[in-house]
Amino acid sequence: MNPVNNTSSDQIFSAIQEEAAKRRKANEEAPGCKIHIGMATCGIASGALETKAAFEDALSQRGIEARIHTVGCIGHCYAEPYVIIDHPESGFPPIFYPDVTAGKAKMLTKLFLEEGDPRLEHILGATEENEMIPSVMEFPRFNLEKRVVMEKCGRIDPEDIYEYIAEGGYTALVNCLRRTPAEIIEEIQNSGLRGRGGAGFSTGRKWELARQTQQKDKFVICNADEGDPGAYMDRTLLESNPHQIIEGMIICAYATGARQALVYVRAEYPLAVKIVHTAIEQAKSLGLLGKGILGTAFDLEIEIFEGSGAFVCGEETALIRSIEGYRGMPRHRPPYPVEKGLWEKPTIINNVKTLASVPPIIENGAAWYREIGTENSPGTAIFSVVGNVTHPGLVEIPMGVSLRTLIFDICGGIPNKKAFKAVQIGGPSGGCLPEKFLDTPIDFDSLTAAGAMMGSGGMVVMDEDNCLVDVSRYFLDFTQKESCGKCTFCRIGSYHLLDTLERLTKGEGRETDLDQLQQLSEDIKNGSLCGLGKTAPNPVLTSLRYFKEDYIAHAEEKRCPGLTCRALIAFYIDLDKCARGCDACVGVCPTEAIFTTSNRKKGVDQSLCVKCGECVVACPPEYDAVEKVSPPGLAPIIERPPEPLAKKIVS
Amino acid sequence: MIADLSADEEKILNDVKIRLAKYGKERGQLIPILQMIQDKLAYLPHITMEMVAQHLDIPPSEVFGVATFYNQFRFNPPGRNPVKVCLGTACHVRGGDIILENFERKLEIKEGETTSDKEFSIERVACVGCCALAPVTLIGETVHGNMAPSKVEGLVMRVQIEKEMKEREKQKNESGQ
Repeated sequence: MNPVNNTSSDQIFSAIQEEAAKRRKANEEAPGCKIHIGMATCGIASGALETKAAFEDALSQRGIEARIHTVGCIGHCYAEPYVIIDHPESGFPPIFYPDVTAGKAKMLTKLFLEEGDPRLEHILGATEENEMIPSVMEFPRFNLEKRVVMEKCGRIDPEDIYEYIAEGGYTALVNCLRRTPAEIIEEIQNSGLRGRGGAGFSTGRKWELARQTQQKDKFVICNADEGDPGAYMDRTLLESNPHQIIEGMIICAYATGARQALVYVRAEYPLAVKIVHTAIEQAKSLGLLGKGILGTAFDLEIEIFEGSGAFVCGEETALIRSIEGYRGMPRHRPPYPVEKGLWEKPTIINNVKTLASVPPIIENGAAWYREIGTENSPGTAIFSVVGNVTHPGLVEIPMGVSLRTLIFDICGGIPNKKAFKAVQIGGPSGGCLPEKFLDTPIDFDSLTAAGAMMGSGGMVVMDEDNCLVDVSRYFLDFTQKESCGKCTFCRIGSYHLLDTLERLTKGEGRETDLDQLQQLSEDIKNGSLCGLGKTAPNPVLTSLRYFKEDYIAHAEEKRCPGLTCRALIAFYIDLDKCARGCDACVGVCPTEAIFTTSNRKKGVDQSLCVKCGECVVACPPEYDAVEKVSPPGLAPIIERPPEPLAKKIVS
Repeated sequence: MIADLSADEEKILNDVKIRLAKYGKERGQLIPILQMIQDKLAYLPHITMEMVAQHLDIPPSEVFGVATFYNQFRFNPPGRNPVKVCLGTACHVRGGDIILENFERKLEIKEGETTSDKEFSIERVACVGCCALAPVTLIGETVHGNMAPSKVEGLVMRVQIEKEMKEREKQKNESGQ
């Protein structure tokens, strides 16, 4: 397609921009203060709805004029539900408050909004540089990040297209409409953007291949089938800034010559489905989608397809099968989807993060993007850092930052003075890396070389109390259930891998188990067709490589060094520390396994104990009497005294 | 496996039939149709899958094959208070399986089952995306973060007490009228 004479599209768009600027100005100049509340799924789960209701209540009770502005997720999960209050009359800059419960919302309304006292003990910091309060930008959790994809997340209302446009949205699209598709693809190729779905294929090349195919009726698919249990950045992006993804899709379709597009999003993300739906409708009503986009001859329709929850559908050929109405089983490649994809038509499948990277690249140029990150992996990476870290959440960092910086500087390190043990990167397809890899730079190639992979961007940090055998068992349990059953090695091999790991965690390991795990893992890797099978043994292989002593302890000594595998541990109460007459542990035990000994101290009935660890939490720290040991034989046996006669009579 | 349909469900089923007629007959409609039915009935009764097969003119085994492939579809009715225990990575690391076990013990059913009074059902879900609150459990639509085994009994009791309170109020209103 040739670029069209675009004076008219510029005119149409500048009218939209003017409207957006007008609305923004009206909001900014509106009297009273502004309360921004993060309302993505994670915020709502933490109670953002109650917080919002509490603000509304308190505001109307006190007759204060304020605008509650619902925004998406900022990625700082540890602070949810968070609120930013902009109260210019008080003389303070906008302030970021973490953990705003309904009670805190009422308190802030009264003390800050009404009386002008910002209650500094509750703040995280100001969101702007100022001379009164420290800014959040002084914290590494904020200033070491580099936001390209998530730049507008948590700042705009995802359900209002004008807010995105007022922040510069859709200018990249207008810019693209002035150029030829070849020029756009050249720009993307020059930027070095690599697919963010995990494999890291060059996006520009994929587009170029799609553009060159002669066939008409091409499809663009946005892959938002985020199946990794522990990664949620795609959901956050869809819920916080859907237009950036839509804009990326439109540009992709324009560059490759597609006229139809699909967003494949998990049905488990109902809010994301709703928000994307609204966004598509709004884009259509402004002429940014549909027939004759911005007055040009370029048409594009975007539809939503709700995925039904199968991890393997993240694989592109399986995803296509599932749209076609079949069981989502991958097929052999080539032909690649760019030649023969959905309904046998050329199909360009890009991850959410890849598409969301496109508008900033077009806006700022390939050279700008190249400056971020490393030579071979330009740009940024988004990780969901969870597990045993102080500040979990979504972090966007330039490629090349070391794991140590990410875990210890940005996310605050390991809580409770525990030692770092391992970090699991890439979810069920990734691997566990030990401490010696902490200085590894994060990029596609270095992570693969270390045995992990970029994958979905899920990152689970584990401390000394986690057991790597158990973590491997967990991931195998997941992949074994999600294996589609096409390849024998994946279907049966993963079953046996899981079986062996289960035996190890139950203390039924055999001497030959370790070798068998290694051999079987390699066979599964070689004998499987798609990414699921090829990467499923990665957690086992890497943990076997770096944490062999954990496996040996399980297999030979029937001992769990991390004190995690429940069949291999026991709880007992140290009678020297236990306080006479204290009943804290008895009250929390869900199975009534704790009894009172003849000297009014406590004992654990091992036959009833389910090893939930609640007694450890309940025991007051000044006694700290509950001990955890492995193997269970180490626990001293305390006999349960016969039931007192009086109790029997009463009952 | 094949549950008898209640009178309410019969009514919904008729509605489903009307909606079904509006869908196209291409194969690509299969999953959207199944999603629509589950949205209305909360599960896929056997009879609905036969209806879909007839509508799309494919064997019922094909429909069944697709429906069983995907985790989203369920084949027995959920309880009025579905308990969903998150077993995502972060929840697992923080002891999510112990929470699941406690619910199973307390409600005396296994994961995937529904109590005989249809009040509770237990499911495991893979990540609800609130990893910072791990371990997480959903009861109905409410998310309960930072779960502990000792909270399980209280949560189940709360649901039961709330139900009793509602019934008492209902009786009060009825006797008042």
